[in-house]
Amino acid sequence: MRDLGHIQNPYSDGKVIDSCSIFGMMDTSGKRFSGEGIIRAIGNMHFRGNGLGGGFAVYGLYPEHPDDYAFHIMYNSDAAKIETEEYLNHRFDINLAEVVPTKLNEAIINPPLVIRYFASIKPEIAHAHCVNQSQDDYVVSRVMEINTHIADSFVFSSGKNMAVFKGVGYPEEIAEYFQLAQYEGYLWTAHGRFPTNTRGWWGGAHPFSIHDWTVVHNGEISSYGTNKRFLEEYGYECTMQTDTEVVAYAVDLLARRHNLPVEIIAKVFSPPFWHAINRRSPEQQEMLGTLRQVYSGLLLNGPFTIILAHQGEMIGLTDRIRLRPLTVGVKGSTLYLSSEESAIRLICPDLDKAWIPMGGEPIIGSLKSPIIPGSYNQNSAAAGSQGI
Amino acid sequence: MIQTTENEITIDAAGVSFRDLNTKLREKVACGAEKIVLLNVCGQRYIGTDLNSPVAINIVGTPGNNLGSFMDGPQITVYGNAQDGSGNTMNDGQIIVHGHAGDITGLAARGGNIFVRDDVGYRAGIHMKEYEDKKPALVIGGTAQDFVGEYMAGGVLILLGLNLKQGEHHRANYIGTGMHGGIIYIRGTVEEYQLGKEVGVAELTEDDYRVLGEYVGDYADHFDCDAKQIMNSSFIKLYPRYLRPYGRLYAY
Repeated sequence: MRDLGHIQNPYSDGKVIDSCSIFGMMDTSGKRFSGEGIIRAIGNMHFRGNGLGGGFAVYGLYPEHPDDYAFHIMYNSDAAKIETEEYLNHRFDINLAEVVPTKLNEAIINPPLVIRYFASIKPEIAHAHCVNQSQDDYVVSRVMEINTHIADSFVFSSGKNMAVFKGVGYPEEIAEYFQLAQYEGYLWTAHGRFPTNTRGWWGGAHPFSIHDWTVVHNGEISSYGTNKRFLEEYGYECTMQTDTEVVAYAVDLLARRHNLPVEIIAKVFSPPFWHAINRRSPEQQEMLGTLRQVYSGLLLNGPFTIILAHQGEMIGLTDRIRLRPLTVGVKGSTLYLSSEESAIRLICPDLDKAWIPMGGEPIIGSLKSPIIPGSYNQNSAAAGSQGI
Repeated sequence: MIQTTENEITIDAAGVSFRDLNTKLREKVACGAEKIVLLNVCGQRYIGTDLNSPVAINIVGTPGNNLGSFMDGPQITVYGNAQDGSGNTMNDGQIIVHGHAGDITGLAARGGNIFVRDDVGYRAGIHMKEYEDKKPALVIGGTAQDFVGEYMAGGVLILLGLNLKQGEHHRANYIGTGMHGGIIYIRGTVEEYQLGKEVGVAELTEDDYRVLGEYVGDYADHFDCDAKQIMNSSFIKLYPRYLRPYGRLYAY
């Protein structure tokens, strides 16, 4: 971890006013594009972070391996690599293993070895273990096992046709390190970290990921303890001592295992207040009231803005009284989400529309219902716009 | 940088860090600049902070957070949208936004005027205050999101709702929560449940209409619209019911 006290400040404005930066962009038509734009955009919010964490998630990244689980694993020792590979080889057919290409720059200090494996579950294992659970369930459990039982080994990405790249540094430095401008995907999210409650370490940078869900987060989940206890009953172990982890597990539980659509998940995370629910129609009162009761342990309290993503979908959401910022932009079929509008304007000056959504109102981009170019006109209406 | 005339300067802000940009503004104002045009502004924070002359600063692009924070006199015009915290604790001057503005616009302002053509985000005007002739005003042409006028301690906040469609209501909730000074004027009306517990609703007096009329006149001048047409609608006035709403909260 870098000692910030040693950094010279020629402006003598020693007070550090930071907050995390988050950014997401998705071409809802499914067209893939390079990371060049999002690297510039998140770099424009450089001063929101402090260099103790940066990262990216990319979807549609490995079309040549669409059906393989793409494990991305950080190793801090050779022993961890040997033990982890033995563990994987017993359970998976590794179709390709390669060191993730990196280019060292002076900002990156003491990086772990990062290797990616394109793997499928061995047929006999799948036959024996994936009867009462899906293959995805099996993979999630194995990832949890590696992360909690093998020292110096950390699986930080395990979905298909996607990956997370992250580490300690400013996001634009991490992008340079992993040479992300060379990759292409149809959906990118990014994060610049200003750690508040836990130290900056490679695994603790955002995005957090489980299976193919990722989350980048600005804020604090004050309900962490309640959420953690709820999730533990479903077999999730919170091991990273950081609040954002519970969002990733909660969305995995609600979306993948309970099959809830993201519109409903948003109402679990950021439910309307009871007195607001009481003003809704009887049907909505019943639905919103039921959600609050069944999933009270997954209400996310405290200030947050998150960008969630998985295959084919990107969701921006804030807490219900919007204690952290979120700006939305649309250009053609591309949806932008950002902590600051200027970051979007840097890479897309002539947005069709830019607006600020209400707290707790999800903004959803989806391959299933792509934005029709031209459907957003120039007349911006910041408040009160409905989600997409 | 282009020196158009002796006292008029154009600065290309593309890729310039916020610290360098503000240093440059300080230097130019110290040398007597009267008008500064900033081109390609993209997220630079604190533009105009600690300037204390009536210099005109025209911003083309998207200025960063805390635009004009602590400033004491400049006239900032933004041709684009503003982000969060515009006019933070400003003492004097004007900020005119030809677009929308983000959260906590005008927070803790002590003087000066802010005009936003379109909408504002959450908590606009939070804890604005006034003292004797120092009386800040925040005029919002569109609508506000929740907690507008929160903990307001002074000044004038005007919500015009010009972009609301026929029959459409202001959507903000918790309006004036914790308000204990100043006045809010709203064009159109709001439901009782949208108001904070600390505000009362009243009809406007002649004095109110005079104050409102002046600010609406300025708004109409800035954004080229018809003040008479705006004034020819119904308004309500929100006032603080208590000077110290939480005076007994921590008194045991």
